[in-house]
Amino acid sequence: MTVVIGFEGSANKLGIGIVRDGKVLSNPRVTYITPPGEGFLPRDTAKHHQAHVLDVLEKALLEANVKPSEIDVVCYTKGPGMGAPLVSVAVVARTVAQLWNKPIIGVNHCIGHIEMGRTITGAENPTVLYVSGGNTQVIAYSQKRYRIFGETVDIAVGNCLDRFARVLKLSNDPSPGYNIEQMAKRGKILVPLPYVVKGMDVSFSGLLSYIEDRAESLLGSGQYTKEDLCFSLQETVFAMLVETTERAMAHCGSKEVLIVGGVGCNVRLQDMMEKMAKERGATLFATDERFCIDNGAMIAQAGLEMYLSGQTTKWEETTCTQRFRTDEVEVTWRD
Amino acid sequence: MDIADNKQLVKQGAEAKIFKGSFLRKPAMFKERFRKTYRHPILDESITKERMKAEARSLVRCRMLGIHTPAVYSIDFSTRVIIMEDVSEDTQTMRMYIDNVQNSNKNDVLKELKPLMERVGQIIATLHKNSIVHGDLTTSNMLVKLGRDRSTPEVIIIDFGLSYVDGSAEDKGVDLYVLERAFLSTHPNTEELFKTLLQSYRRNYGKGSSEVLNKLEEVRMRGRKRTMVG
Repeated sequence: MTVVIGFEGSANKLGIGIVRDGKVLSNPRVTYITPPGEGFLPRDTAKHHQAHVLDVLEKALLEANVKPSEIDVVCYTKGPGMGAPLVSVAVVARTVAQLWNKPIIGVNHCIGHIEMGRTITGAENPTVLYVSGGNTQVIAYSQKRYRIFGETVDIAVGNCLDRFARVLKLSNDPSPGYNIEQMAKRGKILVPLPYVVKGMDVSFSGLLSYIEDRAESLLGSGQYTKEDLCFSLQETVFAMLVETTERAMAHCGSKEVLIVGGVGCNVRLQDMMEKMAKERGATLFATDERFCIDNGAMIAQAGLEMYLSGQTTKWEETTCTQRFRTDEVEVTWRD
Repeated sequence: MDIADNKQLVKQGAEAKIFKGSFLRKPAMFKERFRKTYRHPILDESITKERMKAEARSLVRCRMLGIHTPAVYSIDFSTRVIIMEDVSEDTQTMRMYIDNVQNSNKNDVLKELKPLMERVGQIIATLHKNSIVHGDLTTSNMLVKLGRDRSTPEVIIIDFGLSYVDGSAEDKGVDLYVLERAFLSTHPNTEELFKTLLQSYRRNYGKGSSEVLNKLEEVRMRGRKRTMVG
């Protein structure tokens, strides 16, 4: 039996999860929510994490009913993410690892998402669409690496959605993306928006400027509602994502597709991906907000795989890095 | 009226179903861009039309430049089909070709594939010099035609649905970037091979190639430097 604790705080979520042999024992999380029209800044986010991290840790241990002595290894997010929030959480992970005298592992955040998704859904060798506020990647495994087949060439899809939500002054509670999703359900008219796909790559920055520039006049004309704009934005950006994912599946001959990352809990995106998968005779795997959105258990789960395959992080290397690509990690736990 | 006789499905790609059949008694390929039910119907319609036009135009332009692509026989928007020359005889995708060479345990994979990479570099240089950006360069979208003497296999470029005409170094740089990532992720440990391709591109493109290759470097760095939060 291997018990792992994982610390995550690379963006505005702070989560600590405890996993025993692939089973999630506890996974509490708090989110730093900013007022409508505002994004989260590194300094304030770090302060939020610092203020809550010990409470969340206590909750994680209590809910899991696990004593520190029963834990085998401490894992934390090494990157990618925002520097100050990452460090604020890592320092706690380093401290408890020393107090409890446990080995420590620095985990790549993206790998955390992938391994959590695989564990929860049982997908074996899926093409992965990883979509969140900071990442948009189409990934497939080959020869000891999660290789990036497609990616955004500019901003992440979640960033595009978040910034559009700011234009409409939508609430950031529980998340801007969730509120766009609810509004989009009531949208009817499709506004033509730039659709930019380059092979397996996508681009959102042009689309974002386009709609930022025109949102006011489109709404002012009385022809379109806020709901229509949300609907059109979702229909367009999700079609781009499903298309590039399908291209990667065709290219790799893959029969499984897994969606991970915060945007992955959007039901419309899942629904579109499901239709695409069915047409190709493939299977869709997706999770809900508990595991799609950043959480501690995913770091614990990826750390568990690393630990069981013999990896631990040397003490001098338990640093953080804002830039840490998915394909930099050697996947020692898969054939 | 169905102008195709005995159509047979040979492949389902990401965007289209490829059928083999005959057109005016000539062997032909039918590329049907089937409706994508996941996409909003209006969006689907406009994307499909745009891509069919782009594909037909670029295929014709390429032939005028002497780049080997399938000849366009006919195009029908109502059934979403482009009918083109059947180039499948003695061909396999570049992807399979490279896999086969890599798996054949030959010691010198690099040497074996070098002439082919040089040829690809040359073809892309010709496309770009003539302002054609392919938009989806992968080793699945290149066919290798095995000649009788296997010394210099011919390369056929297909799938021009995402292509467009653009003279900017930026777009050409992104075109190469798309190929680079598709190439290196599909064929691990082929960095040297890809270098050969780029060297040939530089040589054949001539003046202006530095600008494109600098853009390529810039686009690469964009990816590496992107802060990835969340």
